[in-house]
Amino acid sequence: MTVVAASVACVIIGAALLAPLIAPHDPYDLASVSLLDATDPPAWLPGGNWSYLLGTDNQGRDVLSTIFYGTRVSLLVGCSAVLLSMLLGVTLGLIAGWRGGIADTMIMRVADVQLSFPAILIALLIDGVAHSLLPREVQTRITLYVLIAAIALSYWVHFARTVRGSAMVERSKEYIQAARVIGVHPARIVIGHLLPNVIGPVLVIATINLATAILTEATLSFLGVGLPPTEPSLGTLIRVGNDYLLSGDWWISVFPGTVLALLILSVNLLGDWLRDAFNPKLR
Amino acid sequence: MLAFIIQRLFQSVLVMLTVALIAFALFNYVGDPINNMVGQDTTQADRERLRQDLGLNAPFVVQFARFVGHAVQGNFGLSYQQARPVGQIILEKMPATLELSFMAAFLALLLGVPMGIYTGLHRSSWGSQALLAISLVGVSLPTFLIGILLILIFAVLLGWLPSFGRGAVVHIGWWTTGFLTAEGWRAIILPAITLALFQMTLIMRLVRAEMIEVLRTDYIKFARARGLSNRAVNFGHALKNTLVPVITITGLQLGSIIAFAVITETVFQWPGMGLMFIQAVSFADIPVMAAYLVLVGFFFVIINLKSPPPARCLRVPCRGRGGHGSPTAICGGAFAARR
Repeated sequence: MTVVAASVACVIIGAALLAPLIAPHDPYDLASVSLLDATDPPAWLPGGNWSYLLGTDNQGRDVLSTIFYGTRVSLLVGCSAVLLSMLLGVTLGLIAGWRGGIADTMIMRVADVQLSFPAILIALLIDGVAHSLLPREVQTRITLYVLIAAIALSYWVHFARTVRGSAMVERSKEYIQAARVIGVHPARIVIGHLLPNVIGPVLVIATINLATAILTEATLSFLGVGLPPTEPSLGTLIRVGNDYLLSGDWWISVFPGTVLALLILSVNLLGDWLRDAFNPKLR
Repeated sequence: MLAFIIQRLFQSVLVMLTVALIAFALFNYVGDPINNMVGQDTTQADRERLRQDLGLNAPFVVQFARFVGHAVQGNFGLSYQQARPVGQIILEKMPATLELSFMAAFLALLLGVPMGIYTGLHRSSWGSQALLAISLVGVSLPTFLIGILLILIFAVLLGWLPSFGRGAVVHIGWWTTGFLTAEGWRAIILPAITLALFQMTLIMRLVRAEMIEVLRTDYIKFARARGLSNRAVNFGHALKNTLVPVITITGLQLGSIIAFAVITETVFQWPGMGLMFIQAVSFADIPVMAAYLVLVGFFFVIINLKSPPPARCLRVPCRGRGGHGSPTAICGGAFAARR
């Protein structure tokens, strides 16, 4: 099962990385896109065209190529959001666990409150508010960053809680006390001694959160508060395709949807496997 | 216990104030409220007078207090998009969301609990392996994708059920209900299934984990030793003890059902509060957004007030107040699935 998941993930990630090389068409090169080819069905259906293997969308773009490029965007947003939330969560968790006292109380109170709301709702609210705040011209340029920040801000709690927990345990161990006694600077203790010893579970959480981050991005883009159609992710592609679903052009949304589902499922399975392999305690 | 309740109440009020503060900041500092009200040819002096009359020159604290005062009375001003009181719009949309959410919760319990019992009792059977595999897929599939697939199959290809809207509704006072017409029932089937699916897998896994745990305990062994029938042991003893956490978690999940309703409502164009929020976002309709923010915050505070939040029960074992059962396992399971 894990092998299958790993190979599916590798194929999808590989295709996304190599998109400019292996995509049969460049969907964003306006010269090569023709409206005459719009909403062609997949090649094996009557009316299909073998140069568009999975058919074309409403603007005559090759669905297969848009999927390659879209997966690229989805992965980019997912990975950046996870890295950012990891950075934020680990930093706050270290501060809370190391300092204790009022800093700990405040950070963990915020975390508690945030945890009682579903993360996707928080991401939606942050993203929605940012969307209506920004003027239209700026919006399209920085939507990507807003989206990454919104997702990162809604998932830092898991990291912070885990890191705080392990930091509090590690803090009282002998090697930290020894470092303190010989007068090592606190910042150096935290980064050089404490961090390497609490980072293990963080990496596992990061893998599991990657699937969630990709899912959140797709959902927000589908709702229309994520990435614009000029820079489509898998979620945006599904959103566009959804408008043509009722007229029977199912391939525009179903193929990106399948890729998204496979990607999330395989990353989830890999995450579960990592969790079991590296950290039996978390089970 | 009293101290605990007071602390919880205090915390809830604090959360509500924070949410209100965010909503207020949105309301007041995003764009100029005066510009949103008057035409372009209003003179500067008139604007200043209006600003004074509306109390927009008052100190921050006074303005905020006024905002909270109005919010408590359900007064959120006029929608920019529809030029109607926001409270009225929300009141119109609320029945749709609540009917959908309760229908989904009901479906999730109705199907999730029996499936959990089955997979808990027959752990290695072919059927429960299949159910677990399906539930993994169900957790991985995004809600909106499930909705699209259901529309494709049941509305486009088979043409059995409507793909959008609520169908015909009946007005009962200010409440509108779709439960009194056949069309309304047909319309709610697909959205409710879409919304229920994730919660159903969650409840199934929860019931399964609890059943497995309870079946290991001594009093179940003792009940078997007394020669009670399988049925009496499984349902009379085991199931009864699994239901308390299930009810708690389902209560907590009601909040996330309302949150996920945003997605389902968008897919099915269901005229509820979630769709209203998404439309408000695309029109930058700040009063509607602020009101939705406060309302959702309120729902969550009420839901969390009634049952201990996950954070609380996760911390209990650390303090050595563990006692019966294992709250960590319950919440851990719920979290793993919710993630």
